[in-house]
Amino acid sequence: MKINSPLQAYKYLPQTNCGECGEPTCMAFASKLIDRSGKTADCPPLVKEKKFAKKLAELEGLLAPEIREVIIGVGEKAAKIGGDDVLYRHKLTFFNKTKMFFDVADNMDEAAIVERVKQVADFRKFYVGNYLLLDGVAIRAVSGDPAKFAAAVKKVGETTDLPLILCSFDPAVLKAGLEVAKDKNPLLYAANKDNWKEVGELALEYKVPVVVSALNDLDALKTLAKTFADAGIQDIVLDPGTVPVGKGLKNTFTNFLKIRRAGIDGDTEIAYPILALPFTAWMAGIEDPVNASYWETVMASMFTIRYGDIMILHSMEPYAVLPEMHLVDTIYTDPRTPVAVDGAMYQVGSPTADSPVFFTTNFALTYYTVESDIASNGIDCWLLAVDTDGIGVEAAVAGGQLTADKVKDAFDKSTFDLKKDVNHNTVIIPGLSARLQGDLEDSLGASIKVGPMDSGRIPGWMEKNWPPK
Amino acid sequence: MAKKMKLSDITNMFAGMDVEALEGVTIEGDIELDLGGLGGGSDPMLAAALGQESAVLAQHFARIAGMFGYPVGIGGPAAAAPAAALAAPKFKDLIPAKFDVANMADWATPIQEVRIGNTSADGGSRGKAVHVGGEKALPFYFDAEMPNRNQVTIDVFDMRIGLAKAVKQNYDEVMDSPGEWAKKNVEQFNADMITIHLISTDPLIKDTPAKEAAKVVEEVLQAVDVPIAIGGSGNPQKDPEVLAKAAEVAEGERCLLASASLNLDYAAIAEAALKYDHDVLSWTQLDMNSQKELNRKLMKQCNVPRERIIMDPTTAALGYGLDYAYTNMERIRLAALMGDDELTFPMSSGTTNAWGARESWMVGSPLKEDSDWGPREYRGPIWEIVTGLSLALAGNDLFMMMHPTSVAFLKKATQTLFGSIEEEPVDISNWIAAEV
Ligand code: B12
Ligand code: SF4
Repeated sequence: MKINSPLQAYKYLPQTNCGECGEPTCMAFASKLIDRSGKTADCPPLVKEKKFAKKLAELEGLLAPEIREVIIGVGEKAAKIGGDDVLYRHKLTFFNKTKMFFDVADNMDEAAIVERVKQVADFRKFYVGNYLLLDGVAIRAVSGDPAKFAAAVKKVGETTDLPLILCSFDPAVLKAGLEVAKDKNPLLYAANKDNWKEVGELALEYKVPVVVSALNDLDALKTLAKTFADAGIQDIVLDPGTVPVGKGLKNTFTNFLKIRRAGIDGDTEIAYPILALPFTAWMAGIEDPVNASYWETVMASMFTIRYGDIMILHSMEPYAVLPEMHLVDTIYTDPRTPVAVDGAMYQVGSPTADSPVFFTTNFALTYYTVESDIASNGIDCWLLAVDTDGIGVEAAVAGGQLTADKVKDAFDKSTFDLKKDVNHNTVIIPGLSARLQGDLEDSLGASIKVGPMDSGRIPGWMEKNWPPK
Repeated sequence: MAKKMKLSDITNMFAGMDVEALEGVTIEGDIELDLGGLGGGSDPMLAAALGQESAVLAQHFARIAGMFGYPVGIGGPAAAAPAAALAAPKFKDLIPAKFDVANMADWATPIQEVRIGNTSADGGSRGKAVHVGGEKALPFYFDAEMPNRNQVTIDVFDMRIGLAKAVKQNYDEVMDSPGEWAKKNVEQFNADMITIHLISTDPLIKDTPAKEAAKVVEEVLQAVDVPIAIGGSGNPQKDPEVLAKAAEVAEGERCLLASASLNLDYAAIAEAALKYDHDVLSWTQLDMNSQKELNRKLMKQCNVPRERIIMDPTTAALGYGLDYAYTNMERIRLAALMGDDELTFPMSSGTTNAWGARESWMVGSPLKEDSDWGPREYRGPIWEIVTGLSLALAGNDLFMMMHPTSVAFLKKATQTLFGSIEEEPVDISNWIAAEV
């Protein structure tokens, strides 16, 4: 973004305060443009009225992120990468999570391809109200045979609507793949110093995003990017090479830092998303597969934090995928958004007067963890989220936001009556708040049962302790 | 199928002449021009233009076609086609560009270097000292050489405690002997340092008297010759007394006293550090301003010299607040490099917190909707590795860890980025065809 204050954006708005964007004033809308929670398209007069056309175009130029946004794939699952404006997440937030693509080789047999692709497409982990998911499939032309590659691309495309990366340095092979996947907007990997003309032509002809690749040579990388941009290719992704170990890995890390710093500093010729290849961990001769997989996760972590926008990975072991997807989520969580749910009484499933009553805190991580642990196990219940200013159970007990009085207040506010709405007058409390038990018995006038320390153990605990005797 | 070539540049050339349909021009294999898109009637303007230029165009055309691998029949095109046209090539030559990026000008303040451990040269009995800090840039950045590598201290407890299964199986036989435990950490698991946690002193656990707990510190100091960190039980009433006594028996060894915090008598701990020649770990909970406040108090109020302070701004596990912990450390380190001298200290992480995340210890997901989590013995160590590595990238120097595999991987990862790990070069140029 070339501007950073609402006042600067305001100059380009209609300044009528008509309110159509949902904001009371143009200035309020301008600040949404600056923090990137609003888009110019949300201001109807600016978009529709011809007299603003020039201002709109100028404003869009000023608001465009420093790092180009590139879209791979089509439809709901399309992967958007790049689009960042800052080097550190606390300065604003990072946009567009690092996308995790998993490899498939074109010499695998059909059944194996289908099985692996399904594994990628179906992998999911619940976290804070949503599922963490994997993002796409990278098809490697191991065979070198265009027909074989096309067949693999076709099979993958029939199995999933996840976005694809077509990987070959041979333009004929890439073309064969493109013919099969031309309506899927795949990412082409890759143009290098030898094949750039042919691959560039393919990118233009099929209108698809393309990777330019130059191993550990940033001049060459920039040269390729500049040449492509000059020919009218805008959707460019950079591959400076990812060496898996030793000094080579250190160089790779340095290259990622340099490219992103230059891009954010305004060198538009290199301001594109970066591709990382933790996959190469499998080429480093690490014998034990668990160790190789761990090293791939180590590489994925380095490049999730330092500026990889899209990665190609191999290990689908849960012990690799789980930490990788959690780290992506960690780094790309918007530090500006509050992480709390409303303090209120929630129903999980269809609770009745016989159903148990639990409480937890309104920290989003805590609430969703508890809620999903209960719901997933088919337990119908009443779940009170006590407003602890968005602090989890353990920290809130330590910090004084979770006290017997607070819990009593929360029950009162929710108008839930333990004497009338349920027939057991019992509350199950988090194990980590056990020390509130006595006070709660007094303030609520109810029977208090101390539940397990971790809500994941509620189902087992229920079997032994519910209904109350 | 017929090969086609887009000629949108010709379209552009003729844009002003109302011949839009030229984008329908296709080239067949032998570079015959198919001008079907122009319709039946001949356009006089176009005819004139093409007529005049056709010879030149045909030549260019043959060249371009050759470049893209189309067979070119000499003399053929101009004669065969009713008229020849050509595209200005999209790509002629590479447009050379030089990459350049500046170093960060505002990283002008170095991080304080702190030594832990006294060797005989300093009047102690440690075989070597550990140095942390001294950075002039974010970790592993090219702006300035990183003077000291990251260090790992492995935990020892003064009593048998509950540990995740994957951790416990490495220590089960030494858990009743802190000395043996410490030795194992150094000899087998390559610990740079040992942290002895005096948790049995907690009034709610065993309430071991400070004097007795201090004997365990002596035992560890005798068992190993690496520098040590000494931790209390976390009980704010008792810790100052316990740490002061431990400091006394370890006089002259320059241990790291863990920890001074705002909710206990930090002055007592600072005093013990100064009197008996130790360092202080300044611990706050994920809040940069509290960290500044405590550091300021240690320096101004308690007169702790800068070269004796390390900070622990708190570690939260991956998935359980690492976003706070990571950014808190990164902000602290950036502020320090830009001159905030209340924050220019090396940092330490209680990386073992990673074992609190359910993903690292639970047998499987409690959620039926989740994909299978796989065997937990492989999940725990990588959870500790990723938690630690993330913080290493944010600026953390010293890691308090538990699982031997996690220690090995964190060391290899951080030392690779530090630049001290030599490996056979790996040729990745044809990774696409790699057999894996
Ligand atoms: C992140 C964190 C913070 C963040 C909190 C962010 C937030 N929004 O909550 C911040 C920085 C604000 C913080 C501050 C403090 N923290 Co803090 N913090 C942590 C940390 C690292 C993780 C906590 C967490 O989020 N856990 C994950 C959530 C999901 O856990 P949870 O809410 O407890 O929910 C689980 C269970 O309780 C249970 N559960 C929840 N609800 C229910 C309901 C039922 C019915 C049942 C059966 C079970 C159940 O299941 C859940 C899933 O496992 C822990 C250390 C650790 N454990 O790793 C320390 C920790 C909790 N903090 C601690 C302390 C002391 C503090 C401070 C008091 C420090 C200080 N002196 O200033 C302050 C208090 C601040 C305040 N309350 O205002 C201590 C608590 C010690 C204790 N037991 O007394 C801990 C354990 C660190 C330590 N070892 O000293 N902290
Ligand atoms: S819609 Fe546009 S013109 Fe109307 S108030 Fe919003 S920003 Fe201003």
